[in-house]
Amino acid sequence: MIPLSWYLIVSALLFSIGLYGVMARRNAVAILMAVELMLNAVNINLVAFWRYTAPDGAVGLTWAVFVLTVAAAEAAVGLALIISIYRRRDSVIAEELDMLKN
Amino acid sequence: MTVEQIVFLLISAFTLSTAVIVVTKRNLFHAALALMATFLGVAGLYVTLDAGFLAAAQLLVYIGAISILVIFAIMMTRRLMQTTEPAYNAQSGFALVTAVISFGLIFWVFYVFREFWPLIPDAVTPLASKPIVADEILQGSVVVMGRSFVSSAAYVLPFEIASVLLLAALVGAIIVAWPKAEDKA
Repeated sequence: MIPLSWYLIVSALLFSIGLYGVMARRNAVAILMAVELMLNAVNINLVAFWRYTAPDGAVGLTWAVFVLTVAAAEAAVGLALIISIYRRRDSVIAEELDMLKN
Repeated sequence: MTVEQIVFLLISAFTLSTAVIVVTKRNLFHAALALMATFLGVAGLYVTLDAGFLAAAQLLVYIGAISILVIFAIMMTRRLMQTTEPAYNAQSGFALVTAVISFGLIFWVFYVFREFWPLIPDAVTPLASKPIVADEILQGSVVVMGRSFVSSAAYVLPFEIASVLLLAALVGAIIVAWPKAEDKA
């Protein structure tokens, strides 16, 4: 007997924690990890709505798998960018990567 | 309190507390280990939602692949494991306020629609508890999902686009991270 809103609240909390991490952390890898937290929160929402409102279809599951796929691609490209930037600038602190300024 | 609720609350507390560690820990390696624990907790939430396939996919993709990738990136870049650098930028106070406001706004929506999405477990409105579904339907959901991936009436185009996206992302990641000739010297 778990109401749907409990899942939604947990997911909202996880999303807010990830949002805080994205905005507050200096390290690019830490920002990427916080983005993964936010994507996981979205996935919990998708699966919870699937189970509570349309369990005979599989729309929520399908979209959760798509989110998983895109998250994997995003992590691969993001970490490759971070390693490449680290080779050139010797830093992964997001504030120091301001070469587009000026 | 039923057993189901207690299990849910335990898994949620584990997930959220490790998520807080991920965004607050100064040592990034510890944060990455906490991230693996968070992924494990989310997989547990999937199990309570009868989505066993997705829980297994979560274990394989997130814990098995993405976490390892993050740990590789942490180990390949210097200064990340050091604990002397400040973990937060100057706007962390505003970031905390924004995060609290965003959760408050979402929770406000739940509160406004509390007759539709009841906040207490014993309400007799719809969505107060998981609808009881035959086991065949739940176990068949993976079959339905697999069919919808390859059926032209459903998701075959997004499925193919996702595969092209993965290929492009992996080739792009290799090219982006490839060392330049002058770097080797």
